[in-house]
Amino acid sequence: MNVLLPNSLAEACDFCAKQPDLIPLAGATDLLVHWPLRQAEHDKTYLDLSKLQELRTITWSANSLTLGALTTYWDVLQDPRAKSDFPLLIESARQVGAIQIQSRGTWAGNIANGSPAADGVPVLMAYDASVALTSKSGTRSVPLHEYYTGYRKSVRRSDELISAISIPLRRYDFAVFHKVGARRAQAITKIGLAMTRESAKPATWRVVANSVAATVKRCAAVENLLHAGAPIRKPEDFAAAIASDVTPIDDIRSTADYRRTVMARLLYHSLKGVSPAIS
Amino acid sequence: MHRLEGLSKLSGAERYLDDEPLEGALKGCLWGMTVRSPISRGKIRRIAYGAGFDWSKFVVVEPGDIPGPNETYLIENDQPVLAPGYVRHMHEAVALVAHEDRNLLRRAAASIRVEVDADPPALDFRVAPRADQIQRGSDNLIKKLQIKKGDVHAAFANAYKIVEGEYETGAQEHVYIENNAMSAWIEDGPNGDVVVVRGSMQCPYYVLNALKHALGRDETRVRVIQAPTGGGFGGKEDYPSTIALHCALLTLKAKRPVKIIYDRSEDMAATTKRHPSLVRHKTAVDKSGKLLAQQIEVILDGGAYVTLSPVVLSRGIIHAAGPYTCENVLIEGKAVLTNSVPYGAFRGFGAPQTIFACERHMDRIAHALGLDPIEVRRINLLKDGQTTSTQQTISGGTDRHALLNETLRVSAYDKHKRESEAFNKTHPYLRRGIGIATVLHGAGFTGNGEVYLNSKVDVGARPDGKIEVLAASTEMGQGTNTVFTRIAADAAGYDTADVVVGVPDTFRVPNSGPTVASRTVMVVGKLVERAIDDLAAQLGQNGKPLRGPSLKKAITDWHTTNPGKELKGRATYTPPPNVKFDDKNYVGDAYATFAWGACVAHVEVDLRTAAVRVLDFTAMQDIGKVINPVLAKGQVQGGVVQAIGWALSEEFKFKDGGMLNNTLTNYIIPTSDDVPPIRVVFHENPYPFGGGGAKGVGELPMDGPAPAILNAVAHATGADARAIPLTPEHLLPLL
Amino acid sequence: MGFATSQSSMNHQSTQSSATLNGTIAIRFTLNGREVEIAVDPTERLLDTLRYRLNLPGSKEGCGEGECGACTVTIDDLPANSCLVPTFQVRGCNVRTIESIPTSSLQPMLETGATQCGACTPGVVVTANWIKEHSSVLASHTLRALMAGNLCRCTGYDGIIDGLEKWIGNPKGGRP
Ligand SMILES: Cc1cc2nc3c(=O)[nH]c(=O)nc-3n(C[C@H](O)[C@H](O)[C@H](O)COP(=O)(O)OP(=O)(O)OC[C@H]3O[C@@H](n4cnc5c(N)ncnc54)[C@H](O)[C@@H]3O)c2cc1C
Ligand code: FES
Ligand code: FES
Repeated sequence: MNVLLPNSLAEACDFCAKQPDLIPLAGATDLLVHWPLRQAEHDKTYLDLSKLQELRTITWSANSLTLGALTTYWDVLQDPRAKSDFPLLIESARQVGAIQIQSRGTWAGNIANGSPAADGVPVLMAYDASVALTSKSGTRSVPLHEYYTGYRKSVRRSDELISAISIPLRRYDFAVFHKVGARRAQAITKIGLAMTRESAKPATWRVVANSVAATVKRCAAVENLLHAGAPIRKPEDFAAAIASDVTPIDDIRSTADYRRTVMARLLYHSLKGVSPAIS
Repeated sequence: MHRLEGLSKLSGAERYLDDEPLEGALKGCLWGMTVRSPISRGKIRRIAYGAGFDWSKFVVVEPGDIPGPNETYLIENDQPVLAPGYVRHMHEAVALVAHEDRNLLRRAAASIRVEVDADPPALDFRVAPRADQIQRGSDNLIKKLQIKKGDVHAAFANAYKIVEGEYETGAQEHVYIENNAMSAWIEDGPNGDVVVVRGSMQCPYYVLNALKHALGRDETRVRVIQAPTGGGFGGKEDYPSTIALHCALLTLKAKRPVKIIYDRSEDMAATTKRHPSLVRHKTAVDKSGKLLAQQIEVILDGGAYVTLSPVVLSRGIIHAAGPYTCENVLIEGKAVLTNSVPYGAFRGFGAPQTIFACERHMDRIAHALGLDPIEVRRINLLKDGQTTSTQQTISGGTDRHALLNETLRVSAYDKHKRESEAFNKTHPYLRRGIGIATVLHGAGFTGNGEVYLNSKVDVGARPDGKIEVLAASTEMGQGTNTVFTRIAADAAGYDTADVVVGVPDTFRVPNSGPTVASRTVMVVGKLVERAIDDLAAQLGQNGKPLRGPSLKKAITDWHTTNPGKELKGRATYTPPPNVKFDDKNYVGDAYATFAWGACVAHVEVDLRTAAVRVLDFTAMQDIGKVINPVLAKGQVQGGVVQAIGWALSEEFKFKDGGMLNNTLTNYIIPTSDDVPPIRVVFHENPYPFGGGGAKGVGELPMDGPAPAILNAVAHATGADARAIPLTPEHLLPLL
Repeated sequence: MGFATSQSSMNHQSTQSSATLNGTIAIRFTLNGREVEIAVDPTERLLDTLRYRLNLPGSKEGCGEGECGACTVTIDDLPANSCLVPTFQVRGCNVRTIESIPTSSLQPMLETGATQCGACTPGVVVTANWIKEHSSVLASHTLRALMAGNLCRCTGYDGIIDGLEKWIGNPKGGRP
């Protein structure tokens, strides 16, 4: 194995420009799982970001919160303002793994890893976050809901690193996060849901689900239903929208049926009474 | 008295096998790995060792290298040490490789390809095998057993009602946190070289017998030493024989020490599990819920080899009728061969499976009759003087009705029941309920098992006057060393500081039998007392045994007059009086005694997700005399939580007969946040033939939680679930 | 999985980079209060460096996948699974293992039965000790939630939670 140890983001980008197949390494909580068994991966070249202090920042500005790429779940849990302004970040961070994972796992790693079960991604998406992609030639910003192009595929070029995640400061009058796993802690999500309603006029809904498609998925049909104020009286009334938004599968952790049914029930019970149309 | 080695474990000072430096006997140690089958059944055409490695630098062991018979010594010697040209389950050991560079070894092992011609495997034990799946006899049957009492058919003809039900339980992985670990090296001995095996294990003499058999050596030329063992639960009962043999074969070929340390995924995929079961009940009852006839059919998946399945089946059927009296009982049990990994010992040993069915069935009987489940249990619970299904007359003075009442009281059963019913009327999606199970667990080996074992314990009297307990019973977390120290100190009238428990080493300790079946304190503890009595009598005068300081003084005096000599007290098992079992007809005293228990689960079901959460749990146990309350309570709490996992989340996913979710990420055991504090209450009733008055405690706690939880789910939601694990995916369609 | 018969790449060399030397990386960090300097292979996990090279086998490997917590250490005063940390990442860090916790302080855990087989125990104690040293986290977390990254198959957790309550002198920490 070879590892490159850059001293700055600029140096890291230089390495990436030269060597397109580098594997960035942040908290390593995804990359090192079962490491001794994955000998083939020992032969690759890694780029250690973990010492780049410039990426380990949480910055509040007048209209956004910016998480440097090394921000961990624990960092957000300790932030004095996160709980009031972005409660879903706190809820999701608390439910990632256990403290040993929260202390080292990064939000950017969660995004970059590209798992459809990622728990950090739905809440960021529900807050309309965008991803800063930095390369030798500069930084571009991509809305998170446009970041993924397929299963573990994204718009990130191999010479780019995620340098930050930016979340606009907006007013929300409703926000909820559900993680359904096989146990209460240390569980991979079987079906998850993050929902926000921005209290602009007209109100804007964002509904994001994980573990029900090839990527974490913004659910346009469900959002349309909510924007239209369609009357909903039971979980099954979401079925058609769910069918058009997500494509759950049977896998080692759950079944497609379970995921669809539970998604409908979580939507219904979370939204019941929140808008007059849903009762 | 606190756990003897507790501070050493808490401070991280305890040295498990993989913690030891490769020095001394392990100097120059190689790492060993196992090459495994990629299919469930078929012929091995060739083992292709990958190109790109200099295999002359590796030690490779194939079946031809086994000096004795290629058999793992157990009940039937049908399991090979290394598959000889034909494999019967996924991940079966086929060959062994060793090298001193662990990473290079991992790469090299990954390059090995086992080329096979697959035959059709039998993978579902519930259905009769097709002709091309038959591999044993005419029907793949491993063992068939029957218990018969009275005449069930006549009783069915006159029944007020007949209630039937089919119940299933899944496989369960032990998940001891220390994975299997074994080392081997060669020493000089008086009769030639000695193969020494040291590792994580429950039963050193099982390992010894396996080594003797397959290496073709006698017990002077093989030696087995237990290393500190990080959990077992039955998982290190028979499997360590296999890995010890692997280690020994590599060491014999390499002429160097060898260590095999499994990683978690290998341990989960390749080692034994709890037997999956299917149990059918047909019960005749009268109007009041009294049991008139119980007809029960028990089918266990035995996996690919016989291993311990016949004895697991035996315990399973004996417990199948529950702690109830019934005049007419017919229990038929069979263990079936399939091409799954061999199923083996796991805490409870067949009883949790059949008790699950029985206790869930009792609630369904109550439901069918419109009666309270508590009442149905009350009128059927065994009273002293009544007989079990094997016609064993129950005695011992435990008042099972009082025990049940006490359980209801401490668990606040009525209050939780009332409150749950009120809660359910108003909550939009949460449902609460309460459930009970009443259980029994036979302590020690079944039937004449203890007589056949003929266990022995020595106590060594040391020159400094201290007493050393010499037994093959192992400490694996359950507290053997601490309890033996207490029992020995009490018997000798000693301070516990003057008692030592010797390391189980087959060159030093006699065979006190395997560390299983909740027998260690009760059976072996009693032998410790008697060995001390023997020592005290040897040194006593005028037939008056010595105790305390006078015993200590007599020991030191003896050594002064007999320098360099050994002084020992000895004891051999003798059964309690009037215990008789006919193991051909399954009639009589199946166990010298039973431990009794009851438990109450209070649960909450989330109708949105079908997730079940245990809110409160009470376990009441009659285990005779409680010798160490902290240790005993810990056994119960640990057993209950293991049973909660079995009931709700520990689901096996199979692919082509192999375990697909062989990781801790995907095989879901409870975390601290998934379980409530477990309330434990002991109902003390000393058992005169048990060490310190104790009966077994290790397994009873595994028996009740699963049915209590499913009964509570039924109370909460009406869901008539009859299979575990009851994962949300399985419960959802029932809601 | 590695033990089975899957294919693995044969390219076994490591190439040089600006920051690596002979394929190894020289690092310095503070370990249980002392400065350590060591050359590590880039593939080395902190758990292996501690156990096999620095003679600190108290941290255990229960899974190698971040689930069981038997390998828990603290890095810069936060609990981490050392099986998921490439050793070179702790350069400049402050690492504490079970070996840094005085045995004499552990009596309360002994009395409640916090250990049985002991395989999970060092990790349990490291997390527990961290909670004890940062008891302000109990304002937002229960003990049971904080301990959820340390799987124990023996105790059913009560012995651990009771011991921890006793140890930190917070009789209610574990109850929801
Ligand atoms: C026991 C356990 C429990 C877990 N529980 C959860 C859970 O509950 N929910 C959940 O969502 N996840 C969970 N995870 C997964 C993991 O912890 C998270 O995805 C975490 O956020 C990954 O971050 P990291 O910094 O550790 O990533 P790393 O492992 O360092 O990297 C992950 C991937 O992202 C890439 N990468 C990292 N940083 C960058 C960057 N700045 N730019 C470009 N690419 C980058 C890496 O190359 C790699 O492909 C768990 C993992 C374990 C081991
Ligand atoms: S060994 Fe590191 S978490 Fe299990
Ligand atoms: S004490 Fe054995 S796993 Fe915790």
